[in-house]
Amino acid sequence: MSMATQVSRRSFLIGSASAIGGLSLGFHVPFAEAAAAQKAAEVNAWVVVQPDDQVIIRIARSEMGQGTLTGLAQLVAEELECDWSKVTTEYPTPGQNLARDRVWGSFSTGGSRGIRDSHEYVRQGGATAREMLIAAAAAEWKVPASECAAANSVITHTPSGRKVSFGKVATAAAKVTPPKQVTLKDPKNWKIAGKPLPRLDTADKLTGKQIYGTDLQLPGMLNATVRACPYFGGKVKSFDASSASKMPGVRKVMQIDDTTLAVVADTWWQAKTAMDALTIEWDQGPNAGVSSESIAEMLKDGLDAKDAFVQTTAGDAPAALSKAKKTVSAVYAYPYQNHATMEPMNATARYTPQKCEVWVPTQNGEASLAAAAEAAGLPVQQCEVYKLHLGGGFGRRGNFQDYVRQSVLIAKQMPGTPIKMIWTREEDMLHGQYHPTTQCKLTAALDDEGNVTAMHMRISGQSILAAVRPEGMQGGKDPAVFQGLNLTGDEGHIGYTIPNLLIDHAMRNPPVPPGFWRGVNLNQNAFYLESFVEELAHAAGVDPLEFRRRLLKNHPKHLAVLESVAKGIGWDTPAPKGVGRGLAQIMGFGSYVAAAAEVSVTDGQLKIHRIVAATDAGHIVNPAQVERQVEGSFVYGLSAALFGECTMQGGRMVEDNFHTYQVMRMAEMPKVDTHIVPSGGFWGGVGEPTIAVAAPAVLNALFAASGKRIRTLPLKKHSLA
Amino acid sequence: MARLNINGTVRDIEVDPNTPLLWVLREQAGLTGSKYGCGVAQCGACTVHIDGNPVRSCVLPVSALSAEQQITTIEGLSKDGSHPLQQAWLKLDVPQCGYCQSGMIMAAAGLLQRNPKPSDADIDAEITNICRCGTYNRVREAIKLAASGLPAKQDT
Repeated sequence: MSMATQVSRRSFLIGSASAIGGLSLGFHVPFAEAAAAQKAAEVNAWVVVQPDDQVIIRIARSEMGQGTLTGLAQLVAEELECDWSKVTTEYPTPGQNLARDRVWGSFSTGGSRGIRDSHEYVRQGGATAREMLIAAAAAEWKVPASECAAANSVITHTPSGRKVSFGKVATAAAKVTPPKQVTLKDPKNWKIAGKPLPRLDTADKLTGKQIYGTDLQLPGMLNATVRACPYFGGKVKSFDASSASKMPGVRKVMQIDDTTLAVVADTWWQAKTAMDALTIEWDQGPNAGVSSESIAEMLKDGLDAKDAFVQTTAGDAPAALSKAKKTVSAVYAYPYQNHATMEPMNATARYTPQKCEVWVPTQNGEASLAAAAEAAGLPVQQCEVYKLHLGGGFGRRGNFQDYVRQSVLIAKQMPGTPIKMIWTREEDMLHGQYHPTTQCKLTAALDDEGNVTAMHMRISGQSILAAVRPEGMQGGKDPAVFQGLNLTGDEGHIGYTIPNLLIDHAMRNPPVPPGFWRGVNLNQNAFYLESFVEELAHAAGVDPLEFRRRLLKNHPKHLAVLESVAKGIGWDTPAPKGVGRGLAQIMGFGSYVAAAAEVSVTDGQLKIHRIVAATDAGHIVNPAQVERQVEGSFVYGLSAALFGECTMQGGRMVEDNFHTYQVMRMAEMPKVDTHIVPSGGFWGGVGEPTIAVAAPAVLNALFAASGKRIRTLPLKKHSLA
Repeated sequence: MARLNINGTVRDIEVDPNTPLLWVLREQAGLTGSKYGCGVAQCGACTVHIDGNPVRSCVLPVSALSAEQQITTIEGLSKDGSHPLQQAWLKLDVPQCGYCQSGMIMAAAGLLQRNPKPSDADIDAEITNICRCGTYNRVREAIKLAASGLPAKQDT
């Protein structure tokens, strides 16, 4: 259990000034303080060893529940050959990363990339530190390093049997020239990585001791909340602060930019109460006439539009379709959805003309640092960000740093005073970076034997990259729209071999901010493709598993996860009376996933009895955490399928809290059996891909149970009676 | 001014009586284990006990409480994380992000107090807290493990 139950003033002051790294605070023992007391030695950027053999492993990616912190530590510890029971972790700060030529690489924690992007260099970090520790021991013993080996935090000189622990040689090791090359272990020989170890961050989450961004306390700190114009593209027209500014505890009512007002008070509740008392007139801007209906019309137009960005082609699908004897066509639609992290957006900032510091739960510390510097108007070298554990991220807290910007703009108006800004849930719901809306028209041809001879999949709808990362566009095309539907590549290649295939995108961008939402575009695409493939199977009169087997014959990894769930659900035995079964598979985020579901409908109510899921992520770093990610994916994915919809009306979102934006709760949660079936040889992500198969597996099962084919989400809009 | 008995200590707290208990706990009493999630008693992240009964403290003004009523927060559930539910949670490594878990544990503790051997249906009906990471199945297992009072094997 962590010793740091509170973030003390001393830890912050020492931490931010420390020579050893000014590492992040409020995260286990404030490192610099502990280091100063213990004379810890930084062997290299990834590994710090204390005289008492405690090992502090530096983690660049953020922990938001997905278990990356534990998994990355396992990878470093595996190569380091340290005693796992002596491992703690620490976040380096983005400012330190910048000052040290980005020695920790990327801090970005999204796209299920935490482990799959960094496994190689973090293992090299552990292996390099191990070699340096061995070299230091060998030098002290005056023996060749090749005669020494490390295990369980102890170095042994094999011929003589002499032993020394890491803590005794760490200071000397820190001065050793690092080896230029290290050999990484074959995963077959892993002892720490690959094992279902408990998380390193559990204990404090059971006692209320874990400090999240909303919990931060700094000396002299004030509290704030904001209200931004709820109309997309609108701004503040006028506001009357005369009564609010006289309310108890209120220090300042301010407008921080064109769209946003803030109240700073002694306590957050006072700030929130005063905000509610403000009289605000909004300029609704140019989009006040936009509604979900008008957006749906806009997208509908794209389904048959002449121009579209082409991504995936084989043969000549339009020609084959026009000549086909039998074609099947269907139109699907997917709504806007909010991330709805449990912890609302927040950040704490302290600004002086010389320095700006921000404490924030962020998926990307470097993006937070850049946002802080820009808002502060200071060189980035004069800014610093201290990362805190996230109460959920799901993509909301990575690319988007609106809350950091706001907190700095507030702090800038009261220099020297740390101010914690927390959004209300309503602010969070109305100012999302929404899972974008798309529609999809699929048309396929079937021959007399039930083979799919041609398919055209036309996606119409919003591009995330066009709005938030235009540098990722390819000649106007957004490649991310085609997640799971590419012919090759980690971001999802399609497993089905169809001789004439065309997948294209008519970009239609409504005035709603889109964002990366856990699973991103794979969610919409798998819902479309896997539902439609079942429609084709039924049209061909072929069992849906057998139908997919034929289509997947050239993609054994896609097929293997599907076979795994089919076996698990008992596909070859009849379902219990009244129960329907459904399947889905997809590849994305570098991994192959599938799900099978059993559901029934009674009195118009859907009951999901059981899910079987399979994941092939190549290498598995912690199977216990993979299981948790897979299970959790059904909560996120089925919340979206059953309930998730943000409705536009009059240029703003309607749903503003959990009573209108319903999510899954305990009673709706099915049993989930997870099959982890790693085939080795590659590194895939696990936080996101399974979400994509949740909806189609369940909705295919619903069709089997009820004969109702759901083509528009969420399910709550449809009567099952 | 409010006189409140929090985790066994009576305190006089200078505060507007309309302030919800959650914010008094977090801002005046310095007990941040109870979380703000929705402010409208929907998500349960703010769950604490009043005389052993779980309540959603984000909508309960402190004016509704007297010093005779025992308020228990996650920090007061046990001194050292030794409550059977905390132990079961640890054994099964339940939390992911953890933000909802204080409320989950407090809701579960309230349930077990009234109903020491809850059925699945009881758990479905009583544990209505929201978790977005998706820990529900492990929360259920942990409640059953704590209820069983039996030593548990390490779950993987």
